Amino acid sequence: MSGIITTEYIREKYLRRLPTAFCPGCGDGQILGALIRAIEQLNIPKNEIVTVSGIGCSAWIPSPYLRIDSLHTTHGRPIAFATGVKAANPKLKVIVVTGDGDAVGIGGNHLLHAARTNIGLTVIMVNNAVYAMTGGQVAPTTPHEAKTSTTPYGNPAFNLNVSEVVAAAGASYVARWTTWHINRLIESIKKAMNKKGFSFIEVISQCPTYGGRLLNMDHIEMLHYFRDNFRENADGMFRIGEFVDVEKPELTDELEKLIMKVKS
Amino acid sequence: MIGPGKYFVEGDVAAAYGAIMAGCRFFAGYPITPASEITQAMAELLPKYGGKFLQMEDEIASISAIIGASWAGIKSMTATSGPGFSLMQENIGYAAMTETPIVIIDVQRAGPAIGQATRPAQGDVMQSRFGSHGDYENIVLSPNSVQEMFDLAVKSFNLAERFRVPVILLSDAEVGHMMERLNVPEKVEILERKRAVTFEETTKWGEDLIPPMGRFGDGLELIVTGSTHKPDGTRDTGEPDVQDQLVRRLINKIEKNRNLIEDWEEIDSEDADYLIVSYGASSRPSKGAFMKLRERGLKIGYFRPRVLWPAPEKRLYELSERVKKVFLTEMSLRGYRMEIEKIFPKSVIHIPKVNGKVHSVKEVLSSIEVSI
Ligand code: SF4
Repeated sequence: MSGIITTEYIREKYLRRLPTAFCPGCGDGQILGALIRAIEQLNIPKNEIVTVSGIGCSAWIPSPYLRIDSLHTTHGRPIAFATGVKAANPKLKVIVVTGDGDAVGIGGNHLLHAARTNIGLTVIMVNNAVYAMTGGQVAPTTPHEAKTSTTPYGNPAFNLNVSEVVAAAGASYVARWTTWHINRLIESIKKAMNKKGFSFIEVISQCPTYGGRLLNMDHIEMLHYFRDNFRENADGMFRIGEFVDVEKPELTDELEKLIMKVKS
Repeated sequence: MIGPGKYFVEGDVAAAYGAIMAGCRFFAGYPITPASEITQAMAELLPKYGGKFLQMEDEIASISAIIGASWAGIKSMTATSGPGFSLMQENIGYAAMTETPIVIIDVQRAGPAIGQATRPAQGDVMQSRFGSHGDYENIVLSPNSVQEMFDLAVKSFNLAERFRVPVILLSDAEVGHMMERLNVPEKVEILERKRAVTFEETTKWGEDLIPPMGRFGDGLELIVTGSTHKPDGTRDTGEPDVQDQLVRRLINKIEKNRNLIEDWEEIDSEDADYLIVSYGASSRPSKGAFMKLRERGLKIGYFRPRVLWPAPEKRLYELSERVKKVFLTEMSLRGYRMEIEKIFPKSVIHIPKVNGKVHSVKEVLSSIEVSI
């Protein structure tokens, strides 16, 4: 079903240009590929989709590559911008592509509240555990003691399990995959996009340029590390799979109901 | 529903009425004194008009959401005061860069920082124009009555739509909270943005330098970015000419059209040797003082910008030819001073008040009397 070979057809249909500006071996290209395959397999007309991103390497996944309306916003704010798009036109499928620094570092407040209000956005958070675009600095997702360009002696702080936080905040759908699990990711994006409420997918991804250099691994070794360590029955950050999958009232639906009530 | 007729409401509520009449159908905001009454009024009114109201988690989220909603084709607004206005600055620049029509009401309170939350001030005048980083241009209006909170709210939307810029309705706690009569007309004049039907159209502009705006969901495959971009929206942060042309156009679309935007009230300036310049709440005692001085036979005029930015420079330069002294009355030590001193370099007598209270007529009078 979810073949990952890029056909000329979907390339032309969804991408403005190739190659991308991502470093060789970066997971962002894989996630871009997964996203367009999910959209294609769902057969959603492109004019019913809006993509929103913030600042960071992952923000470039939709903008400017996708041939779909894209809003490339300020750092940390894509979920808040997307909230306005969705509220203004609830018929649109609004997809936010964000990074760990964007969604949890600077923009954590918006993530929490979007999950709480259960607004019908699909958020794909690329977690490469560093601030990559600015040179590999420590992020809220960087493991304890890891060396980064701003933790040259190791990270004194601890990383956040973002998916668990989003689940606790009230999202309708929460899943975590890695770039080793692309077929699962495609199926998950499809499911998330069909969810009424707030759906959140965390994708553990490789940044060979910064993460890889510090770990002394190339992108293949990083992918193998994902394969060997991330499992559905693992604990903590190493757990992958679907964490939440429920139906509950969605914010823009509730707003429409409220309008009907006030008007009558 | 807001029918035509006479109302007795506070300024904040009048602004909400104006926004609704102008076609605002999305509001995102965060509570803050003294602007909460606007937010509350919008929460009550919008659903009646089929519009959406969202209370967001903070002011950054509020301005983000209204920019998003504007791109989905809905006229959108937020309202705040000093601390929240400071938080919004980054995205005001984003709206300028992406040419997104939005309206922000800043009901000024005394600062800096938390300051006096319930007291009026006019210390955000420079921030309202220069608050975001980089070169950009926006439009700032200054109401001085409940009626003008309504009228200028309508006008703010029209200017935002026409020029594709963030427009700031810069009020203050005095005008926002005062109760006065409001006349709501049968109909108000409404301007809509030029809507692009094809992607091609979004990449071109005519003499007014304003490209038609696309809308999300219309299949135009728009690229909207706050990064430096080519006319088609694609990011290009390396090419010097792309940045140069973009920034110049963002400035020039206001600069070159300023005669369509500038707006002021002017009384008895033709033969004036002296001129009182004031705006917002402080223009009211200033006008009182002006009338008293005229009664006494002093050749004094009264000048009140309703649009602060772009400033009515041409007219003020004309007046500077004959006016000997200018009295600038405002609730700020900085406020509009640099602008007025630029035009009248040696003749400005500044009459600021910064204790959280509006000047009395007597105070303005005595300040003027000692200097003539
Ligand atoms: S810096 Fe890292 S995350 Fe960014 S494009 Fe390169 S490999 Fe990917």
